[in-house]
Amino acid sequence: MTNNRIITANQLTKIFGGFKAVDSISFDVHEGEIFGFLGANGAGKTTAMRMLCGLSMPSSGSATVAGFDVYKEPEKIKRSIGYMSQKFSLYEDLTIKENIRFYAGIYGKSDAFIKDKTAKLLQQLHLGSEANKLVRSLPLGWKQKLAFSVAIFHEPRIVFLDEPTGGVDPVTRREFWNMIYEAAASGITVFVTTHYMDEAEYCNRVSIMVDGKIEALDTPSALKRSLHAASMDEVFLKLARKAVRSGD
Amino acid sequence: MKQFLSFVKKEFYHIRRDKRTLFILLGMPVMQILIFGFALTNEVKNAKIAVLDNSKDASTLALSSQLEASRYFDIAQELHSQADIEKAFRAGKIKLVVVFPQQFDQDLSHFNKSQIQLIADASDPNVATTLTNYATAVIMDYQNRITNERKLPYTIKTEYRMLYNPQLKGAYTFVPGVMAMVLMLVCTLMTAITIVREKETGTMEVMLVSPVRPLKIIVAKAVPYLLLSIINITSILLLSVFVLDVPIRGSLALLVFESILFTITSLALGLLISSATNSQQTAMFISLTGLFLPTVMLSGFMFPIENMPLPLRVISNVVPAKWYYHIASSVMIKGLGLAAVWKETLILTGMTVFLLAVAIRKFKIRLA
Repeated sequence: MTNNRIITANQLTKIFGGFKAVDSISFDVHEGEIFGFLGANGAGKTTAMRMLCGLSMPSSGSATVAGFDVYKEPEKIKRSIGYMSQKFSLYEDLTIKENIRFYAGIYGKSDAFIKDKTAKLLQQLHLGSEANKLVRSLPLGWKQKLAFSVAIFHEPRIVFLDEPTGGVDPVTRREFWNMIYEAAASGITVFVTTHYMDEAEYCNRVSIMVDGKIEALDTPSALKRSLHAASMDEVFLKLARKAVRSGD
Repeated sequence: MKQFLSFVKKEFYHIRRDKRTLFILLGMPVMQILIFGFALTNEVKNAKIAVLDNSKDASTLALSSQLEASRYFDIAQELHSQADIEKAFRAGKIKLVVVFPQQFDQDLSHFNKSQIQLIADASDPNVATTLTNYATAVIMDYQNRITNERKLPYTIKTEYRMLYNPQLKGAYTFVPGVMAMVLMLVCTLMTAITIVREKETGTMEVMLVSPVRPLKIIVAKAVPYLLLSIINITSILLLSVFVLDVPIRGSLALLVFESILFTITSLALGLLISSATNSQQTAMFISLTGLFLPTVMLSGFMFPIENMPLPLRVISNVVPAKWYYHIASSVMIKGLGLAAVWKETLILTGMTVFLLAVAIRKFKIRLA
């Protein structure tokens, strides 16, 4: 892990009408780390993430992603990132191969690159014999692993994962996190939001958002120490209990 | 370009995988043309009629057999008195009664004129009109023949041609109407649904995070439906020319050009609906009630606009289908050229540009 700052946010704010969804947050993400972005529903995680992905313009403050400015160079940011949304984001009525081809295609990858990498990926996921089956027929856990592979297929510098493991069983979640580790080991920075506190333990550093502000940011062990908590669960409860907002 | 092509390819996969929808999209225009062409015309075949022959001479028998021989009539009953007429109609099966007066043949040969009374069941006025027209035509035909046989110097041949073949008159007006309906339905409804579906499944978000420009996403969505519409226009025109005998009197190129213009208008409308809604149901509801109904009611294809009250006539002006219907029927049926429809074309173009601009703007704003 280097100490290269790949994401920087400085006083980043988003206001909807009179509502401060994100209230001047500042943080850095280092290149190659797994950065956990935690917070209760409605804390402003998704809004903050959307600003970093170029899906939403900040109201004030500044931020850079992969060295590009979110105001001026959203197109360049989009080329450098991968994204996996809360909702499962593959096409159910397309085959596995077609999904991979499509997503690689929209990132403008060459046919040779796509062909070569598809073969490797299918082998890795043990989906070789399933390549021409519709995604609809896969179990949810497989779909999610595939969606993650597709999100990093074009070899982005950063991948944003928005609650990627919602609704899957613990075994699959574990496998999913192994894939995240592999991606991080290959140099991809992982920016992940989650509800599962055991997953927070897997992150290199986590930030916890409460009511649009970042309340804490450190490694899981340092957070537990400073708040005298036995687990991340406890850390989260101690911080999030202060929240005024609730719900989505 | 490569990005764009992968997009278009993906859209085709969606359409191909959903066989039922594809079948409906391609089959619907064929069905509609056939239904309108055969079921909803004023043409009547083998209608049951009755004859009250008070004369029973060579001419009346010949005329009766000629009526019977025509494919329009079937003499189901021979009546014997004036009182039978009422009874026959009451029984419900008889739609028309032909009454020959006494001394029909005598009158005809001595005075060169005679009368026939046609009594129709006008509880269905359209059928009654059609039947009397047909019967008149058959009688005229007979009269014409005996005129030729007896070498008398007058002819009345030109008169009945207009009355004959009223089924073609029906087909003429509905073909452009069906085209407007089908294009509107396929393009608007399907574009709206396909975009909203991606919002529902979350794939739209992934797409927006990718470096693809929103405009490309939109155009790629529209391309397959544009192609599908061209197939539909082709099948409708082929069916009307070869099955329904409706000729294309004007320029085919102009007709196709105007149809593609209208297709783009519909696509733009679909796009606008998709950016205003978030669920497929809402999109479908808006497309059907907000667009399909006005297309049918206010385009002038079902009901003449001139007969509507002023507010409806004013509203009909913002219905794109009205202008397309006017253009298509002028070109196809009246055989007019661009010189006659340039104003309507300009209006339709203006609407298209306006709708596209608003739709794209809305699509982009949603991202901010």
